[in-house]
Amino acid sequence: MTDPIASTALRATRLGRRFRSGWALRDCDFDLPAGRITALVGPNGAGKSTLFHLATGLLRPTTGEISVFGADPVTAEARDRTAFLAQDKPLYPRFTVDETLRFGRELNRDWDQATAERIVRAGNISLDARVGTLSPGQCTRISLALAFGKRPGLLLLDEPLADLDPLVRIEAMGLVMAEVAERGITVVLSSHVLSELENVCDHVLLLKHGGVRLQGDAQQLCDDHLLLTGRADGSRENGLPPGLDGATVVESTVTGRQVTALLRTDGHPVGASADDRWVTEIPSLEDLLLAYLRSAPAGTATTEAAA
Amino acid sequence: MIVFRIDRRSGVATYLQLAHQVRQALRLGVLESGDRLPTAREVVAATAINPNTVLRAYRELEREGLVEPRPGQGTFVRRSLSRPAAAADSPLRAEFTDWVARARDAGLEREDIAALTDAALDERFPAPPPSHRSPQSMEEDT
Repeated sequence: MTDPIASTALRATRLGRRFRSGWALRDCDFDLPAGRITALVGPNGAGKSTLFHLATGLLRPTTGEISVFGADPVTAEARDRTAFLAQDKPLYPRFTVDETLRFGRELNRDWDQATAERIVRAGNISLDARVGTLSPGQCTRISLALAFGKRPGLLLLDEPLADLDPLVRIEAMGLVMAEVAERGITVVLSSHVLSELENVCDHVLLLKHGGVRLQGDAQQLCDDHLLLTGRADGSRENGLPPGLDGATVVESTVTGRQVTALLRTDGHPVGASADDRWVTEIPSLEDLLLAYLRSAPAGTATTEAAA
Repeated sequence: MIVFRIDRRSGVATYLQLAHQVRQALRLGVLESGDRLPTAREVVAATAINPNTVLRAYRELEREGLVEPRPGQGTFVRRSLSRPAAAADSPLRAEFTDWVARARDAGLEREDIAALTDAALDERFPAPPPSHRSPQSMEEDT
């Protein structure tokens, strides 16, 4: 796929944030391209929420910098372009839907009332309904209406669908995707449901222990890896076939006679591909993310080639 | 209008699934020359997939000469793939349906029948279909 050289929506340089309990993020460098949908993945405590709070200016970095379309997150310029939807959608239960939207209108200079109302109406929600009487799915819709009413350039979604049933999840995600299709908004989405990210995200940022463990174009990352399955080679300690020079073993598991491994090949051919005793496949995004989530953290990872 | 279905477990890239479903619709006559394909917005609102995936599928179909984008209007079907000889009421189709019924009566499973038809197709058409064993080959054609 040939992408035009995209500009950067969110950039971090040596970004770090320390709390009393220790470093939540440390030495993070990444560029998230504009117009793309990035999956922010990592185990609990990896620093995902800290990253969202740094990107919205709710927290200040301890070291390094973070910028939204080139601007410091605390500036009005960056705030006007950023919408953030956290898991606990803070809405006032006593407000009516109409009053909630008016709140958005008064807080945002460039408010898009038509879009906000269209999103509410498409969910068959009355503008006169009190927010406290709405279902979780309807509250998500109101929150999304507030977010898109801002005309954001960057939309940050921190596990926004976690409390919704599957039908409402698809509906809410479909709503986000439709707005993205229309206006080319950049989205950063965190979720623990990896299978759901596969069809939604085209870019990946994987955090682990406060550091960036994997980042890049989702398809390119899949193409740069190989999933290898076969009968373990008993003469070798790791069971993997010879001829993997230049490939990095991300994860390798021997179960009985079978060995499965995820290799980072960066497109270099490996001998096992041509050997019909080994099955080699391009991993799915879910396979890839799981392997990196399970494998040892950066620094202690097996980086030498299994020669 | 065509309605897309995404099989999240098939292991086939989503954009290939979309392109395949359009080709299928063209063969079956569900889509005809001049029809408009749903916009990326319409597709993603229903399927909750990345809009770029839809655009990629449409680019693929455009490259094959099957559809064309018209600025400001959408993507339109340029030519149909339907052949009268493959229509639901054609003699060829009826004969083939009979043959499948006989194969089943003879105790063959669905996969046995698929293997037989694949083998027969390989004999007559030089380019074999992508192997089921390595999804790699399906991804590589981009």
